[in-house]
Amino acid sequence: MADARLSPENVTVHASTVLDASEISRSLTRIAHELLERNKGPQGLVLMGIPRRGTLLARRLAERLEQVEPGFDAAACTGSLDVTMHRDDLRRNPTRAPEPTTLPAAGIDGTTVVLVDDVLYSGRTVRAALDALSDLGRPRAVRLAVLVDRGHRELPIRADHVGKNLPTSTSERVYVRLVETDGVDEVRIESREAGTS
Amino acid sequence: MKHLLSAADLTREQAVRLLDVAEQMAATQQREIKKLPALRGRTVVNLFFEDSTRTRLSFETAAKRLSADVITFSAKGSSVSKGESLKDTALTLQAMGADAVVIRHASSGAPHRLAEKGWTSGAVLNAGDGTHEHPTQALLDTFTLRKHLVGGGQLGAAAGADLAGRRVVVVGDVLHSRVARSNVHLLHTLGARVTLVAPPTLLPLGVETWPCEVSYDLDAALGEAPDALMALRVQLERMNAAYFPSAREYSRRYGVTAERMAALTALTPHAQLLHPGPMNRGLEITAEAADGPRSRVVEQVTNGVAVRMAALYLLLAGEEE
Repeated sequence: MADARLSPENVTVHASTVLDASEISRSLTRIAHELLERNKGPQGLVLMGIPRRGTLLARRLAERLEQVEPGFDAAACTGSLDVTMHRDDLRRNPTRAPEPTTLPAAGIDGTTVVLVDDVLYSGRTVRAALDALSDLGRPRAVRLAVLVDRGHRELPIRADHVGKNLPTSTSERVYVRLVETDGVDEVRIESREAGTS
Repeated sequence: MKHLLSAADLTREQAVRLLDVAEQMAATQQREIKKLPALRGRTVVNLFFEDSTRTRLSFETAAKRLSADVITFSAKGSSVSKGESLKDTALTLQAMGADAVVIRHASSGAPHRLAEKGWTSGAVLNAGDGTHEHPTQALLDTFTLRKHLVGGGQLGAAAGADLAGRRVVVVGDVLHSRVARSNVHLLHTLGARVTLVAPPTLLPLGVETWPCEVSYDLDAALGEAPDALMALRVQLERMNAAYFPSAREYSRRYGVTAERMAALTALTPHAQLLHPGPMNRGLEITAEAADGPRSRVVEQVTNGVAVRMAALYLLLAGEEE
């Protein structure tokens, strides 16, 4: 934002909503069914969200799994995985405070961990998450579910379950807003252009 | 925040952030694999010009748990005993590429001098300077108090909170205590009310300008039902004058005994007992009180590692200038 050309006066912001509340809800329901299909049932599934919004999405997915499969205990199979200490860009950004990591009481050894995040972009967060996970235990398998995949991967990482594939340019920004933190469910894309004046 | 030199410099927001990060660090220390890669490739130098066991080990453990390389230097057996100056020692460390220097020195102000003279480009952390300050000790004390008084003993439950309205009595050798000074300032910043209790001979000049109350009577101070009691060590190595008539009289009037703890917990059942260590058992604290149910002395050591991890992380992990 230090760039003078991007100061608020001579910048045009184009914003559009790409997913609304009902579309987000349908995407999560579909991902929940995909998870069960892929795993042939709810046995050994653990949902680990990446703070902050990934944690909220993991909780929502777990509720849906519980509705479909009454044998699945959402509270006992959901957690939160902070990746701050494992990031490779700590020295390039202002200091981030770590978020809590919570694990299911039974741990993650031998389970199928589904990492849940809101936006998949460079893949660096997921790489950090894989490292953080290996310090906590040894899952049988790790899968990745994201609400939005916006491309531009910098590492050989792909998602197993995607809410929406969103072709973007690197100059655009994708905002995921959820009721719990932002009061509304929506995914917005914003592009900024320097004004012509 | 570039350095951590004194608890008095910390704003409420900075202090609360440090305590919040420390709670997350403490949570990681309950795992099987305690090491985190956050400071990989950074070098932390422990520069100890004065004896220390727990602070040095605590800083060393904290840096290692964050994967930093640690070089520990103690003045004994080094070129300092040949007369090398602080400046030349600092320049040597700079040439070795220290990203952070943790310094303990018998002279008040040595860490400030190191930070301000530009002898080292790294972050400077004060691990105790003379009778001035010991900020990480105050942070671990407030961390322990916040965890138990606000968070009910649960890590993370007190996130974002300060110690507003809590009352803490600090008793003992305030004159020689950098721990007392740092705690008075930090507790005041966090909204707590502090009462210092000591014989008049063990109070420093100018104590009336500190943001706290002063009393000579421990039982009267405990009668006001404080939330916590912090005992300070009687610093026998600095006792070059007769500050009190006899050890026996000191223990009788200012010692933390099981009877005094019983009187305190009758008024405030949640009362916490802290001591920065090392303890002179039988002098400022009895073994019964030190090992009693309200004592957090052992937990303070555990919390010290988490607090120092937070300080190193916040000073070293961020953006390069």
